[in-house]
Amino acid sequence: MESSMKKLPPISILFVVALLGVTSYLALAVAPTERTMGDVQRIFYYHVPSGWVAFLCFFINFVASAVYLWRRSEGSDALAAASAEVGVVFCTVLLITGPLWARPVWGIWWTWDARLTTTLVLWLIYVSYLVLRRFSAGGQTQVLAAAFAIFGFVDVPIVYMSIRWFRTQHPSPVMGGGENSGLDPAMAHVFLFNLAAFTLMGIVFLVLRYKLQMSEQALESTHAQAALKGVA
Amino acid sequence: MSTMAIARATLMKDLRMEWRSKDAINSMLFFALLVVVIFSFAFNPTAEESRQIAGGLIWVAFLFAAVVALNQTWARELRNQVLDAYRVSPAPPNALFLAKTIGNFLFVVVLECLMAPLFVIFYELRSVGPVWQLIVVALLGTWALVVNGTFFAALSIRTRSREIMLPLILFPISIPALLGMVDATTSILTGEASPDFWIKMLAVYDIVFTAICLMLFETVLNAE
Repeated sequence: MESSMKKLPPISILFVVALLGVTSYLALAVAPTERTMGDVQRIFYYHVPSGWVAFLCFFINFVASAVYLWRRSEGSDALAAASAEVGVVFCTVLLITGPLWARPVWGIWWTWDARLTTTLVLWLIYVSYLVLRRFSAGGQTQVLAAAFAIFGFVDVPIVYMSIRWFRTQHPSPVMGGGENSGLDPAMAHVFLFNLAAFTLMGIVFLVLRYKLQMSEQALESTHAQAALKGVA
Repeated sequence: MSTMAIARATLMKDLRMEWRSKDAINSMLFFALLVVVIFSFAFNPTAEESRQIAGGLIWVAFLFAAVVALNQTWARELRNQVLDAYRVSPAPPNALFLAKTIGNFLFVVVLECLMAPLFVIFYELRSVGPVWQLIVVALLGTWALVVNGTFFAALSIRTRSREIMLPLILFPISIPALLGMVDATTSILTGEASPDFWIKMLAVYDIVFTAICLMLFETVLNAE
């Protein structure tokens, strides 16, 4: 409990901000311009890392929820809450940058393709997870949320499979640019830098949110204790 | 008493209460009827068009109607602290869950049997593919909605604004099941594609989520 209440050293936040500045410069100015798509392809350096952080957060949410159901530790529940929230933020960025990129390249904002649809459903599931947390009362929140997180995580592969089947009957748009296979080495370097910077940013958000959640829980239990003693 | 005996006793109690009050079935039936009429006004389809859209209409109507019944599942157990009594009794929680799920399943199946003729009348429906496949899809799909719905109703009963909460958590998880039901129904009605993949997918969905529900129900029932 004590160690988790320690503050994140400010230097780590400064480091991530500086790193993001450098990688933004690399992505916007240094990386070579893509031949067919032009400058719009640069959104790739934000789109893919956001997706990676979002999926990482949702995976952490699942593991933390399972650990909570098993061990009932306050920390794992706080981590589950924090990772769901940070994951939804990055998933929102993913869902906004996607159409911005698709419109000039594919000519459409949105298509019901397997990856897009699965990401949208994933976003819906974790938003409803957050709604459930917000609306459930007192001490039950943790168990209810953890149980729901298990359902949500198991649902994702089923969604992906069913949408892929649903849409293979129709021609799917060409996946332009997103594949690592054809990536120019100069682009790959910038991409990896951005990936690292976004991952660190995600971790910093996660740690900050986790500490906030732990403080909230400590405050809540203090209030509950005080109410029990009749001094509240 | 064995798990099955307890489940049967709980199920018979629920069925008897429903038989006497007809709360769930009446509200579901009227709700589904309203949805059918409103959709019919809104789209005004010809026989050919309705075959294309009926899969979606039927299942959206049943999904909304099922939520009405699912919301009532646990509410009557909260009165007089029946749920608390159940928690302190040595009866296995999964017996209670199975009884509630089978009860809801029967209610929704009865609703579907009563509503099917209305769809045929209002939308001039005639299936091109084999009708027995529709029955398989309906049974698998209804179980998919009801097993998760019963579980999530047990979650949402613990929250504020519980009636609103159930669809908010149930619908996102049910998207693949709904997609399967709608697409399988449309393929059978139009006879243009084989519903085999969707039937298998629904079966997998049912097995996976029934297993998770049974694994987690005790935890949720005893949540403090």
